[in-house]
Amino acid sequence: MGVALTRSAQWTAAGHGAKTLEVTPLNEAIVKEIMMFVESFIYKYPQEANYVFVEPLEWKTNLDPSAFGSGYAVSETTVKSEEVDKNGEPLLYLSVPQIKIRSFGQLSRMLYIAKSMKLKEAQACIEANRNPVAKILGLDYNIINGKNGNSFVSSVLDKMNKDDDPESEIKMKIALQLKQLDLHLLNHSLKHISLEIRLNSGTVKNDIELLKQFSGKGEQTVLESIEYTSDYEFSNGCRAPPWRQIQGEICYVLVKPHDAEILCVTCSKEGVFLNGGKTDDEGQINYERKGEIYKDLVTLLKEKSAIFSENMSKQEVKFSEQLQKDQPNKAPKEEVAVTHKTSITSRKSAQENRINLGRSQLTKRLEPSLNWRTSVSSKESRNTLRDTQVEKHGGKLEKSRSSLSSGRAQLIRKSVEKIEEIISDSSSESEEDEEQPDHRQEANADLPSEYWQIQKLVKYLKGGNQTATVIALCSMKDFNLAQETCQLAIRDVGGLEVLINLLETDEVKCKIGSLKILKEISHNPQIRRNIVDLGGLPVMVNILDSPHKSLKCLAAETIANVAKFKRARRVVRRHGGITKLVALLDCGKHSAEPAQSSLYETRDVEVARCGALALWSCSKSYANKESIRKAGGIPLLARLLKTSHEDMLIPVVGTLQECASEENYRAAIKAERIIENLVKNLNSENEQLQEHCAMAIYQCAEDEDTRDLVRLHGGLKPLASLLTNTDNKERLAAVTGAVWKCSISKENVTKFREYKAIETLVGLLTDQPEEVLVNVVGALGECCQEHENRIIIRKCGGIQPLVNLLVGINQALLVNVTKAVGACAVEPESMMIIDRLDGVRLLWSLLKNPHPDVKASAAWALCPCIQNAKDAGEMVRSFVGGLELVVNLLKSENKEVLASVCAVITNIAKDQENLAVITDHGVVPLLSKLANTNNDKLRRHLAETISRCCMWGRNRVAFGEHKAVAPLVRYLKSNDTNVHRATAQALYQLSEDADNCITMHENGAVKLLLDMVGSPDEELQEAAAGCISNIRRLALAIEKARYS
Amino acid sequence: MNRKKLQKLTDSLNKNCKHFSKFEVKCLINLFYNLVGEVMERQGVVIGLDRNAFRNILHMTFGMTDDMIMDRVFRGFDKDNDGCISVTEWVYGLSVFLRGTLEEKMKYCFEVFDLNGDSFISKEEMFHMLKNSLLKQPSEEDPDEGIKDLVEITLKKMDHDHDGKLSFADYEQAVREETLLLEAFGPCLPDPKVTTCVHGTETKTSYRSSSPGLPGLASDQMSHIHPQRTASKRKRWPRNRAGPCL
Repeated sequence: MGVALTRSAQWTAAGHGAKTLEVTPLNEAIVKEIMMFVESFIYKYPQEANYVFVEPLEWKTNLDPSAFGSGYAVSETTVKSEEVDKNGEPLLYLSVPQIKIRSFGQLSRMLYIAKSMKLKEAQACIEANRNPVAKILGLDYNIINGKNGNSFVSSVLDKMNKDDDPESEIKMKIALQLKQLDLHLLNHSLKHISLEIRLNSGTVKNDIELLKQFSGKGEQTVLESIEYTSDYEFSNGCRAPPWRQIQGEICYVLVKPHDAEILCVTCSKEGVFLNGGKTDDEGQINYERKGEIYKDLVTLLKEKSAIFSENMSKQEVKFSEQLQKDQPNKAPKEEVAVTHKTSITSRKSAQENRINLGRSQLTKRLEPSLNWRTSVSSKESRNTLRDTQVEKHGGKLEKSRSSLSSGRAQLIRKSVEKIEEIISDSSSESEEDEEQPDHRQEANADLPSEYWQIQKLVKYLKGGNQTATVIALCSMKDFNLAQETCQLAIRDVGGLEVLINLLETDEVKCKIGSLKILKEISHNPQIRRNIVDLGGLPVMVNILDSPHKSLKCLAAETIANVAKFKRARRVVRRHGGITKLVALLDCGKHSAEPAQSSLYETRDVEVARCGALALWSCSKSYANKESIRKAGGIPLLARLLKTSHEDMLIPVVGTLQECASEENYRAAIKAERIIENLVKNLNSENEQLQEHCAMAIYQCAEDEDTRDLVRLHGGLKPLASLLTNTDNKERLAAVTGAVWKCSISKENVTKFREYKAIETLVGLLTDQPEEVLVNVVGALGECCQEHENRIIIRKCGGIQPLVNLLVGINQALLVNVTKAVGACAVEPESMMIIDRLDGVRLLWSLLKNPHPDVKASAAWALCPCIQNAKDAGEMVRSFVGGLELVVNLLKSENKEVLASVCAVITNIAKDQENLAVITDHGVVPLLSKLANTNNDKLRRHLAETISRCCMWGRNRVAFGEHKAVAPLVRYLKSNDTNVHRATAQALYQLSEDADNCITMHENGAVKLLLDMVGSPDEELQEAAAGCISNIRRLALAIEKARYS
Repeated sequence: MNRKKLQKLTDSLNKNCKHFSKFEVKCLINLFYNLVGEVMERQGVVIGLDRNAFRNILHMTFGMTDDMIMDRVFRGFDKDNDGCISVTEWVYGLSVFLRGTLEEKMKYCFEVFDLNGDSFISKEEMFHMLKNSLLKQPSEEDPDEGIKDLVEITLKKMDHDHDGKLSFADYEQAVREETLLLEAFGPCLPDPKVTTCVHGTETKTSYRSSSPGLPGLASDQMSHIHPQRTASKRKRWPRNRAGPCL
């Protein structure tokens, strides 16, 4: 109960002597809980109840000695219990008004005696004994000091091991009981707190005071002004006139945000809302509510003023900067006070966010999104703790901040984690960034010497003219800027601001120097974010217009570094950066003619290279890809691709590869004849270039023409030969990807066979990372479509590794593997191997995979397996629950899954016994339910299955009963011959039943079937004719019956 | 000056001055005589721009402000040390000043910075040149401390042989490593923005940006610009992008 008491219980403000518990529902609840615990203690744990406390619990009681009865020695003013400890001291000693109790047994009895006053007694006891656990169990067991449950238990266990005497065992039990109570209380208080979301005058006042501190003129403040309408404050903290207080209104404030008119706001217990504003009479307010009720002032203002919410989040950055500064200085007492609040807020936050607003608004404001919240809870409570502290130090904010930059600050931030988001292929731009707050750790006083030197240089940057600035910049450049210490040092001493500021000046030299530094330090993800936060990107984008080529280069390169995350890319786009970057590419237009290469030429090439580099970074966002295309980037990229500069080619191909994920680009790439050059560069020496080329081909080769182009330009051979080089896994993944997509075309597969690529691919089935495996297996799956290749794969021993891959979990890999295994199973000899390796069972279990793609793919693969397996019926039956599983898959929503499962059922149903089993599992109604579909693939397989299932018992009749016949007739109107054939066969089977014939006839099947009889497809002819004959025969029989 | 003489002078200067075309040389000569004024054209008298006239040009045209540096630039132009700049010195000087290669510029700048002409830039000279480069902060006890520190930083950066002063070799090496250091101690070369519009009023010729063959002012060197060029100064020489030039 220690923790609960210190943290949850609401103590009145300290000051005069002993603190008392405030009279609140929460406290009352806590006290009641404790009371119930103590009261029942004597019954529940009789042994522990006799345990003698280390120190007595002592308080002033209102109990009269006369109340005590048997078991006590009662005199006029004293009561002694007859129960005594080892030394003969009584366990309860009352000498009016002081009472001392030394066991739970006596406590329980005392509460029993107190009867109606027991609540008061318990409260008095708790108030007087602020740390009951320590008193009961001794200081060793004091569990208040922030120990969490685990360490508590472990320390208890430690003790248990150390001394074995029975007393300590009892102590232990009590300690555990108390711990449980503690937890119970905390939970209980949590429930209570969650109910309390009404505002009170205190919280409103806090809120307004805080906002005042951050208001004033200037850009950085959150508000222009905020003030009460009335200076007079009533004793209850309200400023509203008494007749309004009855309505629950607390005060009225006039708020002037930066971007809106003066708002007149009413703060009431129900919440905060806009009122009718000041009326013409002096000092009068139109109290009527004019808007929605918000839960607190900050929420309302955030709603009403964009600048407010923006600056509010800025303030937060400042807070976090100065937080560590305050951290070490805080007095322990303060900490207790803070933790008190903290535990409440952090616990509450886990359950209900809103509550924060009432109690510690700052916490809420400082947390920009829930992302932060979801971080580890210990960290969270740490944050909250800090935040709460800011409340105290808010006023000093400006001061301490300036001191921070002027150098007294004793902190350096080391990045705790590197936020790398480099290859995050973004799809949507809308979501708020994966921003993480800066991780700035406080370090000890031993800062590296670089820190001080850099600080000095930044001082000269700030206070020097151009000459001094250039010297300082050059000198700064001499530091190891790749080192994180230096990068962060520059930021921490305020260097980033100055560097970015320099970019806005007219001074080319200063800009160059500044960009050279920014370019280096922007390799650090944190710095990138800081640069964006400080508005560095728009300035750099503007520099792209500069006539100075070296400036343009540097700016583009820096943008390339900074735009590695989504928000930055968005900023670049919004400021027209993409168009300007694309324009940079134009510089290299003469570079294709090497004869002219002069100083100017090389510069132009360099500019284009930097432009491409920046575009590469930017092209990771979807909207940017679109902008690049619209700005006419593709022809320029295509032209640059013709050059022979490797430095240039990598970013160009990188950009193309990134963009090729878009359909528009693929078309354009085809149109601009880019494939040719991609293929050419596959032969380059540079591994990175090869990788990107292969990647681009992989993206583009979804398109058939592109695949042919790759072959025509001789791209397959280099691809095949690159397969043998397995050291560079990224490149291997790209190359195998390209091979996979290219092998979708049959001609390409033939080529690959010539180049012995299939053997190599089989060799890659083991010991490769998943990205490679997915592609390799995909390629093999395509190759397997041909008989010869299947033989090659079997002969190379490819089946075993393929089957082994069936146990994986990667969805893409499983889809490909099942496809490949299925393709192999077409070959009876291969099928034997698969069967021996238990591959069918593995495939079957993949039907349980949650991904529909995997399910469908596995089901397709099962079809040839069942077809080609020896004694297939027996094999299928051997899978326990397998048939039921398959039948239940007919309930799926996914058309592909349904079609594939129908195909499997068709194959299963070839075995009469299995057909009987699936009929029992209710396959007929399920199939009938599917009949109303427009999907031709599903129609075909469904019709096949139905015709197969008709072979058993009264299934024909059952299909008719489940109304499957009429929809089937409609299938005949489809355009797909396969559907016709399957349907005609199904109808033929169904027409064996007279009722079905009637349904068919009613649905106009005869005319449709007559057309089918004229089909060139013999099977279709036969089935259609059979069906017609059945219908006709029925008609004849009826006529005969009628007239005879 | 008669036409024939002018032609001869142009030819001889053009032969020795690779950075300018013949036409440009002609324009420069014309400009020179415009500046000097016709009165000076008398036999036997040295024709030239004196220090004040030259400083005036530097200030007006190139926006230079630092008196000391301007004096040094004058010295740099005035090869024969006779206190005035002749037409030959004018053309040669401008060819380095506006179109010089990195080597020429390094040599020129070093001469400018080497105040006492002992072919070393000493600490004292640096101090002298940098003394106005920092904002005086009233809080600091010794206002010169920052300058001294700056000198030390510069030495650390540029003094490769660690003898406490900069030789031309030191300077050259440092500049080759980082071209920004070319004008390390003060701007003594024109702003590229200005070079494109200088003298636009006098001549109607254009060559700068439109003639690709001209070497010299590749952007890296172009980037050595002059600080604190105020708008008002530039206004005297209206930009004439269509027909700029010397």
